[in-house]
Amino acid sequence: MARVVVDVMPKPEILDPQGKAVLGALPRLGFTGVTDVRQGKRFELEVDGDITDEVLAEIDKMAEGLLSNPVIEDYEVHVEAHSVAEIAQGRPS
Amino acid sequence: MKVGVVTFPGSLDDVDARRAVKIGGNEAVALWHGDDDLKGVDAVVLPGGFSYGDYLRCGAISRFAPVMASVVEAAGRGMPVLGICNGFQILCESHLLPGALIRNDHRKFVCRDQRLRIERVDTPWTSAYPEGAEVTIVLKNGEGGFVADEPTLDRLEGEGLVVARYLDDNPNGSLRDIAGISNERGNVVGLMPHPEHAVEDLTGPGTDGLGFFTSLVEKAFA
Repeated sequence: MARVVVDVMPKPEILDPQGKAVLGALPRLGFTGVTDVRQGKRFELEVDGDITDEVLAEIDKMAEGLLSNPVIEDYEVHVEAHSVAEIAQGRPS
Repeated sequence: MKVGVVTFPGSLDDVDARRAVKIGGNEAVALWHGDDDLKGVDAVVLPGGFSYGDYLRCGAISRFAPVMASVVEAAGRGMPVLGICNGFQILCESHLLPGALIRNDHRKFVCRDQRLRIERVDTPWTSAYPEGAEVTIVLKNGEGGFVADEPTLDRLEGEGLVVARYLDDNPNGSLRDIAGISNERGNVVGLMPHPEHAVEDLTGPGTDGLGFFTSLVEKAFA
């Protein structure tokens, strides 16, 4: 089993009201020094077999056709060993 | 004329839309998202609501419903298609219309009577209105901010594809106050406000929305 991560972010020129809300909340909680927050999505895809160029090309199509909307979002595909949950549990497999 | 109204899981305004179709003088036909059969309708309305719970992005999952393959194909042949609110989002996700709808800039859900100017009246959905008609119909959305890149916005304006524009306050941060747009041919129209909620005096702000449903009768499409 292999893992591929797709990160999706609003394009820089697209307003991100959710990021703005988070940015506004940070100082109220006493956190300072953050000048901007952009909120996006992270998809962790578990893939059968090895990750080949063909597999990555297929995932690129998924990212462009479904996981993101190219009108308002950019995406990035990368292979990653550990899921966020595994890292959080402190026991990467 | 037979007008199909699609029900997706999470559609809210399909019943109101069917009612508005009838009040507008047409026969309403219920269509189901999981069925690619358009049942011989002459036009299709994609109603408002929260199809598929707005999962992923508003309209992103609905775009892949079996019925949408038929709607996209029929729209390509010139069948009139009207997307209201969530329906507008589905039309953008389906690439039948350019641009996208994002969360309101002020981050609150907005529900109010909204003044609009109808700017394109040569579509099968707006021919009942005089050009430049100022109307008041219901607006209710959380993700109604229309965005597109500058060249696309310039093209929409330059080719006269803006169907409706917000008057007074811009309620959701839509670029250039755009409330609704059409494709080049004019048969596909997407609109964020809800004309189907403004077709009877008893409820809503009046009957200014009725024109969207009577236009089909007045203008037989080619």
